[in-house]
Parts: sequence; C-alpha cells; structure tokens
Amino acid sequence: MSQRDAAPCAPCAPAPYLTGHEPVTLEDAKARQWSWNFIFRGMSHNWVLSALIFTVVFVFWEWGLKILEVEPFIFPRLSKIWEETVHMWAESELLRHTWNTCLSVIIGFVLGSLLGALIGYLFGMSPTAEIVASPYILALQIAPKVAFAPLFILWFGYNETPKILVTVLIVFFPILINVLTAVRGVDPAMVSLARSFNASRWQIFWKIEFPASMPALFSGLRIGATLAVIGVTVGEFVGGNTGLGYLLVQGEAGGNAGAVFSTIIILTMIGILSYCLVILAERWVLRYMPKRKFGDVNN
Amino acid sequence: MIRLQFDKVSKYFPPVRGRRDSEGVQAIKDVDVAVEDGEVVSLIGPSGCGKSTLLNLGSGLDRPSGGNVFVDGQPVDGPSEHVAFMLQKDLLLPWRTIRKNVEFGQEIRGLSAGERRDRAMHFLGLYHLDGFANHYPHELSGGMRQRAALARTMMMDPDVLLLDEPFSALDAQTKMVLQADLARTLQEEKKTAFLITHDLVEALALSDRVLVMSRRPGRIIREIIVDIPDRNDPMKRRQHERIGPMMAELMSLLDISKTAEEMAA
Ligand SMILES: Nc1ncnc2c1ncn2[C@@H]1O[C@H](COP(=O)(O)OP(=O)(O)O)[C@@H](O)[C@H]1O
Ligand SMILES: [Mg+2]
Repeated sequence: MSQRDAAPCAPCAPAPYLTGHEPVTLEDAKARQWSWNFIFRGMSHNWVLSALIFTVVFVFWEWGLKILEVEPFIFPRLSKIWEETVHMWAESELLRHTWNTCLSVIIGFVLGSLLGALIGYLFGMSPTAEIVASPYILALQIAPKVAFAPLFILWFGYNETPKILVTVLIVFFPILINVLTAVRGVDPAMVSLARSFNASRWQIFWKIEFPASMPALFSGLRIGATLAVIGVTVGEFVGGNTGLGYLLVQGEAGGNAGAVFSTIIILTMIGILSYCLVILAERWVLRYMPKRKFGDVNN
Repeated sequence: MIRLQFDKVSKYFPPVRGRRDSEGVQAIKDVDVAVEDGEVVSLIGPSGCGKSTLLNLGSGLDRPSGGNVFVDGQPVDGPSEHVAFMLQKDLLLPWRTIRKNVEFGQEIRGLSAGERRDRAMHFLGLYHLDGFANHYPHELSGGMRQRAALARTMMMDPDVLLLDEPFSALDAQTKMVLQADLARTLQEEKKTAFLITHDLVEALALSDRVLVMSRRPGRIIREIIVDIPDRNDPMKRRQHERIGPMMAELMSLLDISKTAEEMAA
C-alpha cells in the first residue's frame, strides 16, 4: 500500500501524450485506504430510504405482531427474542456454543478452500488428471453434501469431526470449479508472452495462471463463506451436543420459537461476518482491479 | 548479415480431432523472407492470410510444418533471447504495476531485482512513462499501455523485434506518436524489425522494405523497396511525395477496390 500511495502524481508526460484518460492518482490512493468504509465503497445507497424501511420492519416486528396478536410460539416479537437470548446466555452457555460454531466454520472453510483450490489448480494444470477424476467429482458434486452428515457420524462418532467434514465437502466445490475455470480461461497470449521469455511451467503457473485466477478464487471463497455456516449448522443438527445447531434442536424440542429465532439471527450474523471478511481480503488482494460496484449482493 | 530468415517456410494446421466440421488449413506456403541486420521490413496482406502465423514461427512459439526459420544463422527451435515480440494486445498483467510489467521478462530470465528496477526505470523514462511506474495497467490509456508494452519489449534488449499490428487498436493521433517513438528507437538502437501491419501508410512510413502477401495460403507476392530518407521520422516521411504512388501500387496489389466490390455485392 505504502508504495502505491507514495507514487508521484504523474507530472512528467509531455502534452502530446495526454489522452484524457489520465488517472487521478491522489484520489485513487485515498479510495484504496485500508479501512472499514472500504467494504461499503461503491454502495450508492439512498440512506434515508434504507433507514425508513428498517424502522418500519423493526416497528412491525415488535408492535405490529402485538396488535395482530400473533402467538409467540409461532412468531415471537423482538423483545421476546431478546429475552430468550439473554436467557440462553445465562443458562445454556450461548457464548460457548457460538464460539464452537464459529471455530468449526473457520476450520471447515479454511480446509475446504485449501483443498478446493489445490485440486482446482492441479486439474487446471493437468487436463489428464481432470479427465480421470471428473466423473467422481461430478457425482460428488451432484450428491446433496449434507446427506453425508449421518455417514460421517457413523464413521467418526459424536464429535467435531463430522460437521467439519460436511463443511469441507460443501465449501470445496464452488472453489474447485471457479479455480479450474479461471486457470483454463487464462489468455493464451499471456502464456505465450511468458513462454517467449523462456519461462518454465512452474513460472508460468506462479506468475501468470495463479494471479490471473485470483478474482475467480475470491468469487468461490465468497460462496464458500456462506455455505460453510450451512455445513456446520447441518452437522450440528444431526449429531453432537455443541454449537448453535444443537441449540436450534433444543429450541425446537422445547417449542421455544424465541430461542430458535435468536439462534437463526446469530447464525446469520456469523454468515455475514465471514462473508465480509472474505470481501475485505478480496479488496486487499485485488486492489489492482478497476473499482467495481459492490452495492449488489450478487457480484 | 541476415538476422532473420524464413526459408521455404510452410505451416499447415491439421483439422481438430473429434470435430467433424473442422478442416485443415494451409496457412502459409513456401515463404522466403530474409531481413538484414538493422533493417525494418513490413509485411502486409489480406486478413487471415497467415501473417501472424509467420510471426509465431519467427518467435519460436510454433514450429513450421515445412522449411526452416533462422535467427542469426541458427535454426529456431524454441523461444530465443535474441527475439522479442509485441502484439496488438498489450498483454500487460493487470495485477502488476507498470514497472513490474516492464520488468517481467527480465524477472523470468533471473536478472537481479536492483538491476531490473534501474533498467525498467530507464525504459519507462525513454517512453515518457516514469510518472506511471507504480500505476496499474487499467489506470493508463491505451496509448500509454502500448508504450509500456514497447518498454517491456525493449527491456529484453532483443536483436530482432517481431511486431504484429502493434498500433492497430490505437486512435490515429496516438498511433502516430507511437510510430515516431518506435522509429526513433529502431534507428538509435540499430534494431532489426519485422512489422506486420494492415496500415499501408504505417508500412511505408516505418520500413526499408514492404512485403506483400497473397490470400491464403499466404505467399510473398511482391516486394517494394522504400528508398525514402528519414526512416527515424515517420511524421516527415509520411509527407514525402513518393509515398502517394507507392500507396497506389500497394492498393492495386491488395485488390482493395475488388475486395470492396465483393463486400458490396
Ligand atoms: N492455431 C491455429 N489452428 C488452426 N488454424 C489456425 C491457427 N492459427 C491460425 N489459423 C488459421 O490460419 C490462417 C491464418 O491466420 P493468421 O496467421 O492469424 O492470419 P493473419 O494474421 O494474416 O490475419 C487463418 O485462416 C486462421 O484461421
Ligand atoms: Mg494477425
């Protein structure tokens, strides 16, 4: 970063070369500052409207439900959910379960990403390996990954391993596919350029294919970050006695919609947090890219 | 001394296996070209006639199916450190700053970081890019990017430059400025260059000789010696009185009026 920021502001190009496309260096540097508003950059929101809608939803959830006399075990009011959260914090070790889920999300996500990326690059570099393995990979991709949870429990018992394995399995595919597609899609002319300098296969990978795959890798990681939460939750549903998935099952058994809602909200927040962390990493790694608009959910 | 030589070079692209509609293509046939040391030779011809194919053979990235390619009398059997190419696409790596892009070739060759940096800054200065060393390619205009590509090419200190329509994506004014930069460099550094272009004025303004290629399978059908002074100053050369008649000759050779009629029909 510091190197970029210190870049001189282009005083040197003589007049005939100016083409009207010259970049505005200082502003660029400022926009790239590593900070929290980094993540919302490009969100050209109408803040007033957003705040208004938020308030309406909030008010309805709390007082609308009261006026409509919705039963709390069907759809609890916000204050009820809050009450349940405080209760679970005190009585059911909410913090420990939350931390346990977070840890599983992190471990599963990291392992799944590493494995997906590794195999993606391997297949990208060796078409033979892909041809040999692709039927199995395809079958595994089509199979509903969460259905493997009971099997993993049979194999490994009621501990952390099954849910992490489910997560690894779920996270693995989008990253594998994205990396593979990216490595295949590298501009052959760029590879030719490197070859013309007599680059080795290894140099072509490190200096062209790997960096060229970064945008796609991060698209995969974004998907993986949200899928990881699903994987862990399902794993905890099926077996074990730790994590927010376990609290969900407990809440359901006790007919406690407030506890279920509270857990769903915390799980969602974990998902949002991991997604945002990936975006932050992406913004940093891909800082060379032209600025994209990050307002939409699906870019 | 002959720097670059194509000796009865042919290239046949076999049909793609497993694709029924795919036919083999005889891209070029029995092409003979010899480029002397310090000479600039342009190649023009209808699109699809095999010009880029010829250049790929010269760079050692592809092998001929017949004949031989020589650089400095040595048969070409792979990319050579005496040859560098530059294409219409600038091929700047988007994740590298301009300086790092210019260094790219020497980085692969294993030149030390310090020396690389110094030389890159030298070439960036030469092409008026020193203020943009730490910018990323997307922050530069098309003309500046192509100058960076030129700097990267010159950084390899090649004896022979292979240029495949290097300026054809640029607007007319930017193009003229870059042509002037290139012409000056070629003259000062006494480089040998083989330039593919579809711009007849560019061919005449920059080179010592212009070769005309036929439609596919490409053969050299005509050679025009451009004995006009000021090869290092294309702006001046463009205005020379003999450019007009040479243009007319090239146009008739390329059947440009006929092609236009065909397209209209
Ligand atoms: N790798 C390839 N495989 C098959 N055909 C090719 C390949 N490269 C070029 N050709 C064919 O060879 C002919 C000449 O191509 P090219 O040299 O690119 O023409 P030019 O540069 O003169 O426009 C074209 O018909 C093209 O389709
Ligand atoms: Mg071509």
